Amino acid sequence: MFNWIRQVLAVTRFSVLSLPQRKGSSAAAMLGIAGVVAVMVGVLSIAQGVLKTMQSSAADENAIVLRSGSDSEMMSGLGGDDTRIIAEAPGIARNNLGALASPELFVIINIPMRSTGTDANVPLRGVQAQALNVRERFRLVEGRMFEPGLNEVVVGVGAREQFAGLELGSSILVSQEMWPVVGVFEAGGGLAESEIWVDAPVLQSSYRRGNSYQAVYVKLNTADSFDEFKDALTSDPRLNVKPMREADYYTSQSTTVTNLITGLGTLIAFIMGLGAIFGALNTMYTAVSSRTLEIATLRALGFRSGPVVISVLSESLLLAFAGGLIGAGLAWLAFDGFRTATLNWASFSAITFSFDVNAGLLIQGIVFAMLIGLIGGLLPAVRAAGQPVAMALREL
Amino acid sequence: MTTKANGEVLVKVSGVDKVFKRGSEEIHVLGGLDLEIPTGEFLALMGPSGSGKSTLLNLVGGLDRPSEGAVEVGGKRIDQLSDRKLAAWRARHVGLVFQFYNLMPVLSAQKNVELPLLLTRLSAAERKKRAAIALDIVGLSHRAGHYPRQLSGGEQQRTGIARAIVTDPTLLLCDEPTGDLDRKAGDEILDLLQALNREQGKTIIMVTHDVHAAARATRTLHLNKGRLSASPIDQ
Ligand SMILES: Nc1ncnc2c1ncn2[C@@H]1O[C@H](COP(=O)(O)OP(=O)(O)O)[C@@H](O)[C@H]1O
Ligand SMILES: [Mg+2]
Repeated sequence: MFNWIRQVLAVTRFSVLSLPQRKGSSAAAMLGIAGVVAVMVGVLSIAQGVLKTMQSSAADENAIVLRSGSDSEMMSGLGGDDTRIIAEAPGIARNNLGALASPELFVIINIPMRSTGTDANVPLRGVQAQALNVRERFRLVEGRMFEPGLNEVVVGVGAREQFAGLELGSSILVSQEMWPVVGVFEAGGGLAESEIWVDAPVLQSSYRRGNSYQAVYVKLNTADSFDEFKDALTSDPRLNVKPMREADYYTSQSTTVTNLITGLGTLIAFIMGLGAIFGALNTMYTAVSSRTLEIATLRALGFRSGPVVISVLSESLLLAFAGGLIGAGLAWLAFDGFRTATLNWASFSAITFSFDVNAGLLIQGIVFAMLIGLIGGLLPAVRAAGQPVAMALREL
Repeated sequence: MTTKANGEVLVKVSGVDKVFKRGSEEIHVLGGLDLEIPTGEFLALMGPSGSGKSTLLNLVGGLDRPSEGAVEVGGKRIDQLSDRKLAAWRARHVGLVFQFYNLMPVLSAQKNVELPLLLTRLSAAERKKRAAIALDIVGLSHRAGHYPRQLSGGEQQRTGIARAIVTDPTLLLCDEPTGDLDRKAGDEILDLLQALNREQGKTIIMVTHDVHAAARATRTLHLNKGRLSASPIDQ
């Protein structure tokens, strides 16, 4: 065993020492792998970013109530009476204004994207005072809150960044009137940052919604109060509603888009990966054939074939690792934190998010690179080691 | 077959056939070949190109196995060893000298000579010492730090010989060791091999084309049509 390791080290040393003689093809293989990893990590970071936005929207002790049978706020509808009954349910936390329940409604308006100038579906949400207490991470960063009863809006930071004309002091067109932007808010990186908020009764009358809403957001006493809350609502004969934990709701909202992106990313990575495998294979075959005589000589002297396989493989893995590192690094530099907007397929409204190149993705990229290196190096390694010594010595 | 037996038989090749398959074609290189080499002999192996000299050398050196027959070295059947055992056997018992030297271009002469010692349990210091002794024997101490590309053909071959003798092998096998050298450098190599045979009692088999080189050996055999004979023309 000791001897074997010494052989591995010796043979690997020759590979590494002779690398400079094979600069060109080695660099090509390395950069090929780097490209694959950069694209894969880049695409997957979109899904990670969307997921992160969705997850940071949710609070453990929060729940959302929609009408039965609706999968998103868009599809849902609740009467004013329903929202009052929901607010009386057990398990809901209270403050001096009463139950922490926020009935909200939701319309979509068209606002052009800054980047392309094309119209995007931007959510316009009608809320009342308790909305800010239900969403603990809501924070005004500029201007002031809208006055109840007035045609004024506040915009999320994500929305202001991605969509045109949402600066403080500008106005947006809502049902043929210009409504001024009086404030800008953050919401802990969550989905709300992609939205525009307005007073609920104002929105109801502008859109002739009467006294109807689409969802009730509630803050419960604790996360454990959810079952009690849910049972009370689902067993109430006056109601026909579906209570969900916020985390579950947002996850269900993002699965379509994240699955699509992850699937696409994996497919692209797979196809490009195949190309990179052939690149690595070619490089390693060249490396091995340029070293055929050396390898044969070593084996003639009594070196075993195992160390030869390990040496060729480790060279290939080394190149792949370097390529993976470069690719992951490039993706991180180029994409991490890059903000953009996409359509949330569940609500058909735009959400803004940042590409999220996290540690898990970087590791995934490097592992993928090593896999390419392993496959690319294995065949040449086995060939180099399997050839009869006497035959290999004849190949000059 | 007569042998000038000045020692025990070290190498015994009996009834060896060697057939190569190239596609559907079979090439019969050696047929019913017998050979005995006593310890301490310096044998020259001659014969036309393609007659199977290298093939025979490979069989005796455990680099290849016969299609038929037996190869014994020091009383041990080496043709029946597994690949793994054969590799270990070569490392212990055989020193190989190649026509084109087969040195590692990325290693200095000293490190090239140390190479076979990596297969032993010797310490780094001991490996270094033994390689230095081997380089001294071939007269290359002053070139120890040079790389193969910085050495002349003759110096490279002397490095090759140092690498072959550094493990003190039972058998020294040289395949056309002067084939790529000019007369003067070739003579120096032959002087060296002769000295190793005479002064250190090394058993040497040398394949050569050159009658002049063969004259240095204690015995010359000719390979023709798959068999050995003492004279060049064998019908
Ligand atoms: N591994 C091999 N596969 C096929 N044919 C071989 C192989 N090794 C040698 N031969 C053939 O065997 C014959 C003898 O080769 P070789 O022993 O190298 O001759 P020599 O060394 O006498 O010139 C040649 O015809 C050669 O082409
Ligand atoms: Mg030959």
